[in-house]
Amino acid sequence: MERVPILKIGQTLFVSIQIDLQDESVIRLQEDLADELAATGAHGVIIDITAVEIVDSFIGRMLTTIGSISRLFDAETVLVGMRPAVAITLTELGLSLSGVRTALNTEKGLEILNGKS
Amino acid sequence: MDELPIQSGDDVVRVRQSVRNAAADNGLSLVDQTKLVTAASELARNTLVHGGGGRARVEVVKSANGRAGVKLYFTDEGPGITDIELALTDGWTTGTGLGLGLSGARRLVDEFELTSKPGGGTSVTVVKWSR
Repeated sequence: MERVPILKIGQTLFVSIQIDLQDESVIRLQEDLADELAATGAHGVIIDITAVEIVDSFIGRMLTTIGSISRLFDAETVLVGMRPAVAITLTELGLSLSGVRTALNTEKGLEILNGKS
Repeated sequence: MDELPIQSGDDVVRVRQSVRNAAADNGLSLVDQTKLVTAASELARNTLVHGGGGRARVEVVKSANGRAGVKLYFTDEGPGITDIELALTDGWTTGTGLGLGLSGARRLVDEFELTSKPGGGTSVTVVKWSR
C-alpha cells in the first residue's frame, strides 16, 4: 500500500494525491491527517486532487470524513483541483461532498483559508 | 479480453487501470471513460468486500450499428443478494457505506444486468458505448 505524504507550510497542511488510490491508502491518509492536525495545531488542510482520475463513493465518503475530522481539530478543509469529468461523474453517482469546501486550485484554496473570500 | 482476479485492494486498482485503457482505446470520451472506471471501481469493491473476492473480465464489443463499447463482467461466489431491488435502491447499505455503490454504478453505464441468488454468488455485467 502506498502512502500519501502530508506537508506543513505555515498553519496549513498540504496533501497532493499523486497515486491511484486504493481504499487502504485513503483510510491511512485519514489517520495520518488526524495525527498531523493534533501534533501541529494547523488551522487548514488543502487536498489537491488534480491528478486523481476517479472519485468513487468510498473515496468521496472518506474526503467528507476528513473534512469532519479536521473541524474537530479547529481546521478547515478545502478540496482543490477536481477534474471536470470527476465532477460530472460524482454528481451522477449521487455524491455532493457536502461539508467540504472546494476551490478551483491551490491558490484559491489558500485564499479561502486565509479569509480573503 | 482481460480476465483479472479481485482478491485485494491492489487488484481493484489493476481492474480500474485495465478498464481505463480499454475505454480510452475504443473511443469513449473522457467523461464516459471516467464514468465507466468509477462504476468498475464500485463493482470491483463489491466483489471484494461483499463477495469475498472474485474475478473481472474486460471485453471490447461492437453494437449492431457498429459502435464500439466496453463490456465489464464481475463475478463472485459469495453469499449472494437476497433482495436485488432493495440492493439497487439509493441509500440502502449492508455496512457503513453510503449505499450508492450499486445504484450509482447502474446510473453511470448504458447497460446493467445483475444476477444473484442467496448462497449462489453474484454476477454483474455492464456496458458503456462510445457516442
